[in-house]
Formats: sequence, structure tokens, C-alpha cells
Amino acid sequence: MNSDFEVVIGLEVHVELKTKTKIFCSCSTEFGAEPNTQVCPVCSGFPGMLPVLNRKVVEYAIRAGLALNCEIAEFCKFDRKNYFYPDLPKAYQISQYDLPICKNGYVEIEVNGEKKRIGIIRAHMEEDAGKLVHQGTITSTPFSLVDLNRSGVPLLEIVSAPDLRSAQEARAYMEKLRSILLFAGVSDCKMQEGSLRCDANVSVRPKGQKEFGVRTEIKNLNSFKALEKAIEYEARRQIEAIEDGEEIVQETRTWDEEKQVTRSMRSKEEAHDYRYFPDPDLPPLRISREWVEEIRRNMPELPEQAKRRLMENYGLSAYDADIITLTPDYLAFFDECVRFYPDAKTVANWMMGELNKYLNQNNMEINEIKFKPAHLVAMLKLIDNGTISGKMAKTVFEEMFNTGKEPEVIIKEKGMEQISDTGALKAIIEEVIKNNPKVVEDYKSGKKKALGFLVGQVMKETKGQANPALVNELLREYLNKE
Amino acid sequence: MQLYEMTMHEVKDLLKQNKASAREVLDSVMGRIEKVEEKVKSFVTITDDLAYDKADWCDREKEGGTIKGIPFALKDIICTKGIRTTCSSKMLENFVPVYDATVARLLNEQDGVLVGKLNMDEFAMGSSTEQSAFFPTHNPWDLNRVPGGSSGGSASAVAADEVFFTLGTDTGGSIRQPASFCGIVGIKPTYGRVSRWGVVAFASSLDQVGVFSKDVRDCAEVLNVICGKDPLDSTSVDVDVPDFTSFLDDNIKGMRIAYPKEYFGEGVDEDIKKAVKKALKHYESMGAIVEEVSLPHSEYALPAYYLIAPAEASANLARFDGVRYGFRDFEAENVVDMFSSTRAKGFGPEVKRRIMLGTYALSSGYYDAYYLKALKVRRLIYEDFARVFKNFDIIISPTTPTVAFKLGEQSDPLTLYMNDILTVPVNMAGLPGMSIPCGFKDGLPIGMQIIGKAFDEGTMLKAAYAFEQTTDYHKVKPALEVK
Repeated sequence: MNSDFEVVIGLEVHVELKTKTKIFCSCSTEFGAEPNTQVCPVCSGFPGMLPVLNRKVVEYAIRAGLALNCEIAEFCKFDRKNYFYPDLPKAYQISQYDLPICKNGYVEIEVNGEKKRIGIIRAHMEEDAGKLVHQGTITSTPFSLVDLNRSGVPLLEIVSAPDLRSAQEARAYMEKLRSILLFAGVSDCKMQEGSLRCDANVSVRPKGQKEFGVRTEIKNLNSFKALEKAIEYEARRQIEAIEDGEEIVQETRTWDEEKQVTRSMRSKEEAHDYRYFPDPDLPPLRISREWVEEIRRNMPELPEQAKRRLMENYGLSAYDADIITLTPDYLAFFDECVRFYPDAKTVANWMMGELNKYLNQNNMEINEIKFKPAHLVAMLKLIDNGTISGKMAKTVFEEMFNTGKEPEVIIKEKGMEQISDTGALKAIIEEVIKNNPKVVEDYKSGKKKALGFLVGQVMKETKGQANPALVNELLREYLNKE
Repeated sequence: MQLYEMTMHEVKDLLKQNKASAREVLDSVMGRIEKVEEKVKSFVTITDDLAYDKADWCDREKEGGTIKGIPFALKDIICTKGIRTTCSSKMLENFVPVYDATVARLLNEQDGVLVGKLNMDEFAMGSSTEQSAFFPTHNPWDLNRVPGGSSGGSASAVAADEVFFTLGTDTGGSIRQPASFCGIVGIKPTYGRVSRWGVVAFASSLDQVGVFSKDVRDCAEVLNVICGKDPLDSTSVDVDVPDFTSFLDDNIKGMRIAYPKEYFGEGVDEDIKKAVKKALKHYESMGAIVEEVSLPHSEYALPAYYLIAPAEASANLARFDGVRYGFRDFEAENVVDMFSSTRAKGFGPEVKRRIMLGTYALSSGYYDAYYLKALKVRRLIYEDFARVFKNFDIIISPTTPTVAFKLGEQSDPLTLYMNDILTVPVNMAGLPGMSIPCGFKDGLPIGMQIIGKAFDEGTMLKAAYAFEQTTDYHKVKPALEVK
């Protein structure tokens, strides 16, 4: 990319707050139910229906705001955002316009060892819309169906400052945001289920220029990868356009996952006039400082604190601690292991190595795996007491991951037990010595390397199950005796 | 005297003493409806089967609620479970709610007998009930005249003795003006006093449900049923609901009554002014202190109202898009066309006019000049009232600038809007207001508006009751003829 230009990015992130019920009615928010089974006259916009604010939504919004270092408003209100769309039952979305619940926060990210503070301009509560189900694509479908299960699910929209300068930073910000919201316990942040969504505002400018360039807004960013790719593409597109003497048009673009390009959706002129005005059905919200402080006091451990704890208590590196604290479930797994197996570095290595390998291969989250921290602890102890070798342990781990069986059971079933029985080994060693008189001779004449060959022969005879340390010791004993 | 001619409290006494059965009362009412409905056209839907079931149930049960066995009817903007609720609009012509509005539920729980749903201006937009998509309603005092609106059917039904009481809604005068035109009692309680849940919204910050009745006592008794905080309506207010009948005595000695000079100005019929001034004298003779005051921002109330109400309406009525319920134009080729043609064909001209007005007032670039300015005016109007209420208990004025006008007479929307000029400020300030009969002009009733402090309907009712008990205007009945 042309290094004479600087990319400027701001992200608008929508996160679903994980309350049991919707923001303005008591319908369930559970994901994946049959269409239109979690609806009522309120969330399907029937005549005469009125919203009643779910207190838990406000609590989660405050908690998220505090976790993102925001100021929590003492006074805020809800506004109506008006537009027609079949999935928006009232033809207006209840949102917050000029008085959001949270503002002026920040998130710290680290990219290539460099720390950076990304501003959060505001975060506000709003209701989600339903969704349309098409047959095929939206343009070719003969008709579309409306599913209102999602209508009224609470969202927090978090708007960053235009502080991000690369696709990599944008991704790091999103990952950090996700991690903070997960730790704060306010959202599941599942991008594939849509509980974490993101639009990116992207512009470029010649390095050193103070004014921002004309920005475009990119929608349909459904994964971290899409976010990164789309920003890279869009920045390149804008730079090339400018270099070709073209002007950037302020517009909304969509990320085409298949073609890996951004495409124009609508221009500034076609943008909606949402005609925001205060929702007369909901009185303004006064948020007492006592409540805010209570929420602050009961805040769960956040990633930064957890990271510091891992570094201070267990001597983990910043890099390791960052990875372990990516999600609260991951950290909880680690913490549980370390309770019973204090060698934290070893636990971390197994998690970041083998565990992550299989999680990635199977596209799974840690809370979906079949085995428990106790299994890993048991396995590590079996290595320590010589029952299995480190190499065998990897096989055990794979089996543990696939079946959830206890390591002892796996070892028994597979006959993998390390031979640490001196009697059984002695017979094999005697055999090996008898069959390799030349090598024995070499060893005795001072060629200490010859021992390695003999050990190898013993391991071969036992199909690798002999305890190598014990074989070493026994062989030496024999050879020195003779 | 026929049962249907009586007041609710008179019939309640008969029912209690077993001198009449609920079925007999209903028979009387149904007979009356059969006889006069053709002339007045109060009802959009009559639910006689359900009503008889309920009346018979009332006769079987020993215990019962406070309005047990009393036939009543609801403005067709109040949702009723299993009974179509049309808002007198083609848009909702076949809409059957799966829920009862809170007020409908409360009346049902106190064992009232619902006999039907009442005609209105479409979506409560109008002052004559001529904006009904179905048919106009006629004024029982002169069938060539309008009953007022938007709750015209609610007023004519009570005035014509078709039911003992009705509910209506009042956004800018839609209860008080028709009550005045039809010579009955109509009350709009304080904003937040009665739940709006299940009442189809016109302008949410102004809408309030209220009562039409034959006298003040009936009004107080129905208020006792419908008032109170509703957890389903966040704008309903959690304040104590007194027994409103406890205010009904005629000792108003020392009551401080203000009459705003702006409400007796140009454009208000001289005979109406005279009638209300006479009523004020009457109050004085009963020991009240009556003084002239000024509500200086009154003249801005109407223009501000016609920005705020349409603005809210433009959003409230946006949900009628043909997607989920109500009318849909199946001819449309795609979803965007479906939206526009459904709304073009489903709404009448006045509704469209107000949606356009409101959409414009909220548009980017105009918001500050119109909507925001109107909100500021609203605040000034509220402060006008607050200042007067520091020294006075109630405010009295005419309810309307004219008596009932002829059907088709007022075709210019702006002239029609002027009907609300004396009632709109009360909604803008969220205060309680009521209209009671205080005289006649050429055989047509004149209404007197009483305005109270917020949540002080009691004092208002006391003043109304004192006047009613010492005058006979409420006893005169319409002839149901063309004058």
C-alpha cells in the first residue's frame, strides 16, 4: 500500500446484551428458536402497545460503559429513529440519539508491541429489528418472510473515535472490545450468531494532513477476517482512486465476501432522514450515582486486571497472558488447572499449543470441549510421574479432546503405559546387550555415544513405551557392571 | 321512566335492590339502540351476543364489581380482545386485537356490560366525526349537526341514552368538545392518570382516556374504575387514586375560581361567553371567589399543538404498513410499492394531512424551527397554568368557541382546527379538564370547561357537581330530530 497515505478508521459496533428477555417486553431473547415463536404484540408493533424498559438492559449498558472507561450519564432518554422496512414492526426503532447512556471512554490495544489508546465517543441502548428470510437472494426471491424473534432484542451500539490507523489495529480493537464485553458478562459476542456486528468508517489522507478525507461506511462485516480484509481493500481502493485523480464519494458500501471487494450500496443523497425525536412513550431515564457505584463494585475481573494477575502471580509473559485472557472461559480453564497444578507455564504451553490447535481445527470455543481442566491436570501429573512421556502425552491429549475420556482410561485402553517396571525392562536390556556386542565394546572403550544407540534399541523393542530415563539408568548400571 | 333514561347510579341502585335484572337493563338499552341508532349512528360495532352473555352472568352471580350489569360502550380506538377495533379507518376495518386495553380490562373486571364500539374521526383526527371512514355520526340535539369529535360516537351514544357511559380519548379536546356539543359530562383526566396501554396511539404525549356520562356522579364512579398506575404504561403515574365520589358535595364556599380573559376573546360566540359568565356568577353566589386571570401564551397553543401532535402521529401511524395486520394492497408489485399504496388507500385525507405535517416538522433542517420550538411553547403554556394555579383551585372557560355546527359545514381544515382552541392548551400542559352543560343556544347545548391542577380531578368534580346540583341543564334531553 502507498505509504504516503494514512488510513483513518472508526468502528460502529453493535453488541447484543445477553438479558433473558427483550428490551421493552418479556419475550425470550434466546437464539435459534423457530421463526416468530418469541414474539408478542409489543415487539411485533401491534396497535396500542407500549414499551416498558427492561432494567437489566440499563444495568448491562452501565456495566459495559464502566468496563470501557466511559462516563455514565445521569440523565438520558430514548428517541425514535423512523424508517420503513418490513422487519421493523413499528416503522421506528427505539434508540438513543443526542443523550446516550455512555460517552467518552477508551480501550487500550497493542499492535506489534506498541500500545495505543482508542477513544470511544459514545455507547447507546437500542432495540434490534427482526430479520427477513428470502428464497435465494433478496433480488431474486419471489416473496420474503419476516421473522420477528430478534425484534426488540437489546443492543448496545459502541462508536469509536476515528483513532484507528490500520486494518490490523481495527481488528485488535474489535478483539479487545469483545474480550472486555465477554469479561464484563454483558454479551456472548458471537459474530456468527450476529450478537456482535460491526460497520467500519474508512477514509484516507496524505500523511501529515490534519483534515480527514471523505469517508465511506462499510457494512456486512461478519468476522474479524472480513473486517481486516474489507478495510485493507477499501483503503487501497480509495488511495488508488485519489492517485488516479478521482474524488472519493461519501457513501455506504457493502463487503462482498465472495468477491472480496466492497461495493457501493447507497450514496449520501440516498441516505435516510431518520427524523429522530424523543419517544413520548418512555420517560427520560435518571441514573443514580449509587446504582453506578454498586455496578462498579460488583464488576467482574476485566482482561487487563486478569493479565496483570497472570504476569505477577505466575510469571507469565505479556504475550502468554494476553492469549490466556482472550475470553473469560479460556481464563477460567487456566485458573482451574493452575489450582491443582501450580506449574502455570506448563499449563499455558499446553493450552496455547495443543488445545488451541484442536480448537482451531474444529472451529470450537473452549466452553464446547468435552474434557475438563481436571483431565489436563491428571495428564500433566502422569507425565511428571513418568507414566507417559511428553510425546505420548500429545496422543493422549488428542484422544482426550476427541472423546473426553480421562487420560488414565485412554492410556489403559491404548496400552500406552510407559514401561517403568524394572523387571520387564531388565530382560529386554539383557537381550539388547547380548545382540549388540560390538556396540557394548565401543561403549566400554570410551565411546559414550554408543549408549544412545542401545537406548534406542530398547525403545524400539518396547515400541516407545519404555520410560527413557529409566532405560538410561538401567543400561548404564548393566554396562558398568560387566 | 324507562331504565335506559336513568343515570348509571340510579340503575345501579335498582340492580342492587333486585328491582331490575341486568338482562332487563340490557333489554331496555338494546331497545333504545334499535330505535335511535339509525338516526344518530353512534356505533361501528354492536356486540349484543357478548353483552347478553355478560348480563346473564351478572344476574347469576351474587357478588360483583362496582359497575356490575351496567351497559357501556368504548370508542373504537380502545382495543378489545376478540372484538374488532377499527379506529374508524379502512386500515383497521377487519382488525381483531388479541388483547384488551387496560381500561377495557378494568371495566370488564368490574363487571360492566360492553355493548359495542363507537364511531370516531379516523384515528382520532378530527373534531366532527365526519372523518370516520365508515359514516358520520349525528348530534342527538339536531340530527343535521355534528356531535363533535373525535369521540363523537362516545358523546352521541350517551346523549341519546343508548348506554349509561362511554369511554373516549382526548388529545386536543376530543372528549370535552363532543361532550359540550352533546350536552353531557365529559372528562379528560390528568395525563398519566389513566393507562394508555391498548389504546391506539395518536399523539402519545397528549392522548388520555376519559369518560362521558349523564351526570357528574356517574363520571366520578367510572373514574374510580379506570384510574391508576399501570405497569404496562411507563407514562402512567403512580399517585394515589382517591375515591372520586368523596368530592361530590355542593359546598364550594371559598373555592378560588379563575377565568382566563384569553378564553373569552374574539372568535368565541357571544352567547357562549354569556352562558359561562352567568355560570361564574352562579358560582359566586354559592360562595366561590371568582377572578379574571391571564394565560398569556394561549394563542400559541394551537399552532404548537398542530406541530407536536402530527409529529408524534407520523411515527405512531407508521406501523400501519400492511406487513403484519390490517389493510394491505395486494396489487402492489414490490414491498416499497406495497408500503405506499397500502397507506395511500388505507388512510383517509385528514390522517394523511397530519402525517405529512408531522413528517415535515421532524425533517432534518426543520426540526429546530418547528418541533423543538413547539416543545418550548408547550413549556410556556405549562408555566402559564402553573402560575395561575398558585392562587386558584380551578380555571373555568367555555369548552368550545361555537355550539355544534352542521354536517359538511366546516370543510376547511384550518377552520376545523379552531374548534380545539380552548381545549388544546389543557392537553399541552397535561392537566385534567372536563366539560359540563351550562346553557343552550337555539336549542343546542353549551359546554363549560373546568380545568384542574394535575392529579386534582377531585376539586374539578366538586365544582362540577356543585353547579350541576343547583342547575337543570343536565336534565334536558335531546329530541333526536332534525331542527
